[in-house]
Amino acid sequence: MGNITLRNVSKVFGAHAVIPSIDLNINDGEFVVFVGPSGCGKSTLLRLIAGLEDVSDGEIVIDGKNATELPPAQRGLSMVFQSYALYPHMSVRSNIGFPLKMANEDKAVIDKKVADAARVLNLTDYLDRKPRQLSGGQRQRVAIGRAIVRQPKAFLFDEPLSNLDAALRVNMRLEISQLHQDLKTTMVYVTHDQVEAMTMADKIVVLNRGRIEQVGSPLDLYHKPDNLFVAGFIGSPRMNFVSGSSATPYKAHTMGIRPEHLVLSKESGTWSGTVGVAEHLGSDTFLHVNVDDIGTMTARVSGDFAVTHGDRVFLTPDAQRVHRFDDKGLAIR
Amino acid sequence: MATLHTRSAARLMIAPSVLLLLAWMIVPLAMTIYFSFLRYNLLMPGMEEFAGFSNYSYFLTDPAFFQAIFNTLAIVLGVLFITVVGGIALALLLDQPMFGQGIVRILVIAPFLIMPTVAALVWKNMFMNPVNGLFAWVAKLFGLQPFDFLANAPLMSVILIVAWQWLPFATLILLTALQSLDEEQKEAAQMDGASAWSRFIYLVLPHLSRAITVVILIQTIFLLSVFAEILVTTNGGPGTQSTNLTFLVYAQALLQFDVGGASAGGIIAVILANIVAFFLMRMIGKTLEA
Amino acid sequence: MARNVSTQRKIVVTVVAWTIGILIFFPILWTFLTSFKTEAEAIASPPSLFFFDWTTENYHEVQSRSNYFLHFMNSVVVSFGSTLIGLIIAIPSAWAMAFSPTKRTKDVLMWMLSTKMMPSVGVLVPMYLLFRNTGLLDTRTGLVIVLTLINLPIIIWMLYTYFKEIPGEILEAARMDGASLTKEIIYVLTPMAIPGIASTLLLNIILAWNEAFWTLNLSAAKAAPLTAFIASYSSPEGLFYAKLSAASTMAIAPILILGWFSQKQLVRGLTFGAVK
Ligand SMILES: Nc1ncnc2c1ncn2[C@@H]1O[C@H](COP(=O)(O)OP(=O)(O)OP(=O)(O)O)[C@@H](O)[C@H]1O
Ligand SMILES: [Mg+2]
Repeated sequence: MGNITLRNVSKVFGAHAVIPSIDLNINDGEFVVFVGPSGCGKSTLLRLIAGLEDVSDGEIVIDGKNATELPPAQRGLSMVFQSYALYPHMSVRSNIGFPLKMANEDKAVIDKKVADAARVLNLTDYLDRKPRQLSGGQRQRVAIGRAIVRQPKAFLFDEPLSNLDAALRVNMRLEISQLHQDLKTTMVYVTHDQVEAMTMADKIVVLNRGRIEQVGSPLDLYHKPDNLFVAGFIGSPRMNFVSGSSATPYKAHTMGIRPEHLVLSKESGTWSGTVGVAEHLGSDTFLHVNVDDIGTMTARVSGDFAVTHGDRVFLTPDAQRVHRFDDKGLAIR
Repeated sequence: MATLHTRSAARLMIAPSVLLLLAWMIVPLAMTIYFSFLRYNLLMPGMEEFAGFSNYSYFLTDPAFFQAIFNTLAIVLGVLFITVVGGIALALLLDQPMFGQGIVRILVIAPFLIMPTVAALVWKNMFMNPVNGLFAWVAKLFGLQPFDFLANAPLMSVILIVAWQWLPFATLILLTALQSLDEEQKEAAQMDGASAWSRFIYLVLPHLSRAITVVILIQTIFLLSVFAEILVTTNGGPGTQSTNLTFLVYAQALLQFDVGGASAGGIIAVILANIVAFFLMRMIGKTLEA
Repeated sequence: MARNVSTQRKIVVTVVAWTIGILIFFPILWTFLTSFKTEAEAIASPPSLFFFDWTTENYHEVQSRSNYFLHFMNSVVVSFGSTLIGLIIAIPSAWAMAFSPTKRTKDVLMWMLSTKMMPSVGVLVPMYLLFRNTGLLDTRTGLVIVLTLINLPIIIWMLYTYFKEIPGEILEAARMDGASLTKEIIYVLTPMAIPGIASTLLLNIILAWNEAFWTLNLSAAKAAPLTAFIASYSSPEGLFYAKLSAASTMAIAPILILGWFSQKQLVRGLTFGAVK
């Protein structure tokens, strides 16, 4: 069972409260993703759960037991680091087997579990190599192998894919999701890449300056962001925000509309503007439009919508999809 | 990384070193200070009495003392100059492609591995000796009068011997630093039309500054207390021409058995070393931070 | 064309470098050769480089006259002993400073290094008296103690710089994998730091082997290592070059061979980890 509960957890470095106070519940078997901008405290929060840092205040409960004071080794969690943190002097076999060796398992048991993990992760042919003789993706798999042999209560991942190239990243993303479906073990995953967050998570925790902005399923966050921060952070390209007099018709201090919810026309619409940069992706085109009196807005149009730099266009927000926020930045529902 | 558990373990693990070094710093130093105020001669045990600053004034008015300070600085600066300049030149040379680089490097390292007493004796007898030394033979070959190095230029001779021992150290550190200089940087400079000389001045030398600092720091530590080379070659002489501070204190203590006087000299040496160290540490702090 | 020029240049560089290398090495080579000459040949004029009657008589003489082997053993015990004890004390300290740094870590390190700046003569008198009064004068134990203390700061500093290069995440991974602090140091840190530890070990053995202030002042006969043994050849009289050379060769050969065989570690160690 791998449910993790944080109660009132805070972390202070010197005089700097990196995490003021957090309450969070992670259910058994859930895939939870922490997202947020760089420096917002994602890694710190993960390391607090791992026990690599002491909490300044509050309580961490793992599997129903208070683990606040436990050293990392006794929390029954596994971690995959951003740099993989493989032991460079050990073979792949010894790397994967290391946690079992530390737990004083029998040699035969270790061999069997290592072989099983290697088979699952396609590492069987590489067991006798040293980490430096592996590619980035293979190292990543070794790190995962080392994490799974111990059958932990939960896996902790700290930006595990950020050192891989784009194509491999997509692959590994799938593999990790697959792994989660097979093992059904709790996973806590840190990333600042919102595509990873959206595609992998059961539950996303959006962090900003050490505070939780919103917790919810990917689609929840996309459709019903609680505040400006979440609205702006989730979704790509970013949501367009309009405030001031242009927002008044919507009875909001700020109104938000996603690029994909703007309807474009060459004849008529709510707002008019000039096309600036057009990014052609093939299927879609992202248009950066200089809207009169408002400023730059991004719109997503189909790839065959033919406009070029300097053309006049009209934009109309899809009324069903408008997000409204009050003067404190909170969503009006 | 930093949990309470690891932090307290860390404190425990650091304690032995700190305590040992603290004891090593304080106990003998306190004793030296205490002795320096006594009239205390090992030949006359039981006659110790408080002497005030007389040991210090004795030491500070001794002409040998000023000679010793001068000699100490001359040795440090002379050797540093020879080894840094020679080291840069040698490192630049060894960095070029050549045949048998490994063997040349072995040859160049060798003097660093030689104990000071051996180095000094070999140079003194087999090279600098005015009758049987190789230098004398070479001089005679050219019809010159052999030069008695240790009698006529004792300080120079000591500096030469010590420089021979430390040249490999400077060379190797500088060579290592040189090899870490980015090839592309050099190529970029070449593309920019920089001559070999300006590449050296604007690219290589700044890159070496950190290594040069390390060479100066480490060598100074050892050069301030050159001892064995003087002991076995000139014995500080003739007169006090090649006596440095270390040797002067040694002579006072273990040849004249004057504990009080030697202690005062020791304290003065410590103070001087601290002045040097102060400037060195600031320099190092700046360079190594970067 | 360009190829020709660079080959030519390479040959010129080779000749110059070899000449300088041999000149620097010459005193050692000369000592080695002289040790196989008779005393008369040793001072013959003109001197002969290779063409003389090679004899090993000097070596027998040195051993029979002054028990070289005893002093050799003294050197081994003192240099290896002080270095190993130093390492055992220093590894945990360096771990602590590298992986659990506090605000004061840098100051502590600088302070440790600064103890090396204290000139030995400053404490010569009390050390001599302390050693005399505790019976440590002219004992191997006494020399091991002093050399451990004077080299400890260098050992710690070197290990610290090597440990700093090891990513902390790897040690954290070990901790997550269930390793205790002791196991973390034994199974993960130490093997990863082997090259650094080897360099440290080597450089400090060399420094201790060649240390010639405390060994000369605190030992007389019984515990005298090779540095002191050689110094006894400094009496100015007599035709003794061949024997001096034989004794010298025996004193420097072990460390010279050790240094040459482990050149890579030595060069790494020489830079005290401060230059890469
Ligand atoms: N050991 C520490 N001492 C002091 N401040 C720290 C320490 N570790 C982290 N911080 C600070 O805490 C804040 C959060 O850091 P953290 O590493 O958790 O961010 P992050 O969300 O993981 O960012 P990134 O996406 O860049 O990895 C940062 O402002 C950082 O400077
Ligand atoms: Mg992070």
